[in-house]
Amino acid sequence: MTGFAIQRLLQAIAVMLVMSAIVFLGVYAIGDPMELLIPPEAPQDIRREIVARFGLDRPLWVQYLTFLGNVVQGDFGRSFIYNMPVLDLILGRLPATLELTLAAVLGATLIGVPLGIYAGYRPDRAGARIVMALSILGFSVPTFWVGLILILTFAVSLGWLPAGGRGATVELLGTQWSFLTANGLSHLLLPALNLALFKLAMMIRLARAGTREIMLTDTVQFARAAGLAETTILRHHVLKLIAIPIVTVFGLELGSTLAFAVVTETIFSWPGLGKLIIDSITNLDRPVMVAYLILVALLFVTINLVVDILYAALDPRVRRGRTA
Amino acid sequence: MSGGASPLATFWGNFVENRVAVVALAVVVAILVLAVAAPLIAPQDPYDLAGLSLLDARRGPGHVGAGGYVHWLGTDAQGRDLVSAILYGLRISVQMGLLAGMFALIIGASLGITAAYLGGRLESLVMRVVDLQLSFPAILLALVLAALLGQGKGQLIAALVAAQYAYFARTAYGAATAERRKDYIEAAAATPLSGRRIVFRHLLPNCMPPLIVVATVQIANAIALEATLSFLGLGLPVTEPSLGMLISNGFPYMMSGRYWISVYPGIALVVLIVAINLVGDQIRDQINPRLRR
Repeated sequence: MTGFAIQRLLQAIAVMLVMSAIVFLGVYAIGDPMELLIPPEAPQDIRREIVARFGLDRPLWVQYLTFLGNVVQGDFGRSFIYNMPVLDLILGRLPATLELTLAAVLGATLIGVPLGIYAGYRPDRAGARIVMALSILGFSVPTFWVGLILILTFAVSLGWLPAGGRGATVELLGTQWSFLTANGLSHLLLPALNLALFKLAMMIRLARAGTREIMLTDTVQFARAAGLAETTILRHHVLKLIAIPIVTVFGLELGSTLAFAVVTETIFSWPGLGKLIIDSITNLDRPVMVAYLILVALLFVTINLVVDILYAALDPRVRRGRTA
Repeated sequence: MSGGASPLATFWGNFVENRVAVVALAVVVAILVLAVAAPLIAPQDPYDLAGLSLLDARRGPGHVGAGGYVHWLGTDAQGRDLVSAILYGLRISVQMGLLAGMFALIIGASLGITAAYLGGRLESLVMRVVDLQLSFPAILLALVLAALLGQGKGQLIAALVAAQYAYFARTAYGAATAERRKDYIEAAAATPLSGRRIVFRHLLPNCMPPLIVVATVQIANAIALEATLSFLGLGLPVTEPSLGMLISNGFPYMMSGRYWISVYPGIALVVLIVAINLVGDQIRDQINPRLRR
């Protein structure tokens, strides 16, 4: 188990090195940052001095190593637009995005798994068909469009919920959270619902497929023969057996939901990371783009690592298969 | 399975049994026809600025404008007839989806099959990169690439392809590794046929069914992604108004109750994507032998 974990960790570090190189080359080598920093009418000697100050006269690999050295020490540079350290900027926006993402993924799992189990348990019922039709819609309909319709319905037409912003927040553990106030919750509901729909569809499908397969196995036949109630079978056998793929997807989806939050945050003016990256792209705020991408890559690699190790812990076959 | 009929006829026979899929296919075909024929059937050329009147701007559905005909779905902020704008928008969206899907299929499938056939270092390198990319959400990749490459049709297609080719590569690789172990490939490899010929004439055709399924889904995804990027202002330039851009243009007016500028283009987009996905679902169910009843 330890050998497996160490091997995975080394792989993750290698991946991060490759990713940081790609991001660095992508953002810094395509296009000239000097065009942004130096006015076109600046004389040659000033231009040369600025180029030297930013180290842009050195070979690319030296620049990359310097950049890597700074990043390892937590220095992502300063934002061109906000004129503050990028890391502070990102950490300041992170709680809003985390709150939204967690609300969405938790909601999707808590609603999606029971619906999926039902649809897999009684696949021929009308209710199951409706659940599956909804899940197809959830997969197909673009997130931004659902967001618009939610705003149009609940904010513009009915006037029940606010159309954007975070609402009132309360400080807890040094950061502001919306979900602790009624006003904040009302602001959280629509964006969380918007972000959750795709995951909900996925959870439904996953739970349904797993349930359908397990209902046909000897485990269930035997449990029935032993006289267990159907609800007991569903709760103790089916739920337990479909838990592994659901845990995996839950972890992986946490990351991809952060990515989808870009769209939802833009529509609902939710002041999180996604809005920050869109703003930094439109303003060509390169240090923010690079930092965001590297942190997202780090997040993904970490999630993959944790899921892999958890998987090995939950399922001994994986552990044996991979270390052998 | 009926014995004598050709595989394609059998496939079609099974396909028409699912009424939802048939309707979806009809919708897809109808939209394709509308998109191709847009300049012929649209009541107005939405990009001929001389034909627009600001007096007609932001009118609701049913308004009769300066042109003397009814704007069934209303007009946008520039006084464009929305029916016409949607038809032209569909044209651009469909075009982007097909082009991106096609290039992603060609590049991804070639990479996946070559990796599976040649094996060795190339295999592990290509599949490492592909797996790495698959663990990363496509939307984020497309977003960043679209931002880096700048606006334009070519750039956007490149961004979409870069975000999507990995799905084709993974599918093709999976299918090809399974096929590769079969006797007919071994037999072909024993003859003096060139590797290229074996890959393209023997391996590729047998890997096609799963690739077709992925292609339908990915075309729908490309259309959705393009719309999302255009909505965020990172997609096509203003001169190429796809459905996403129409929706984005109408968003500010939504708050004041002028819903139609965003809602109707959005409905067109959703119908297109859902229809393609339903067709893809049916094809997948028919191809997947485990689900065959």
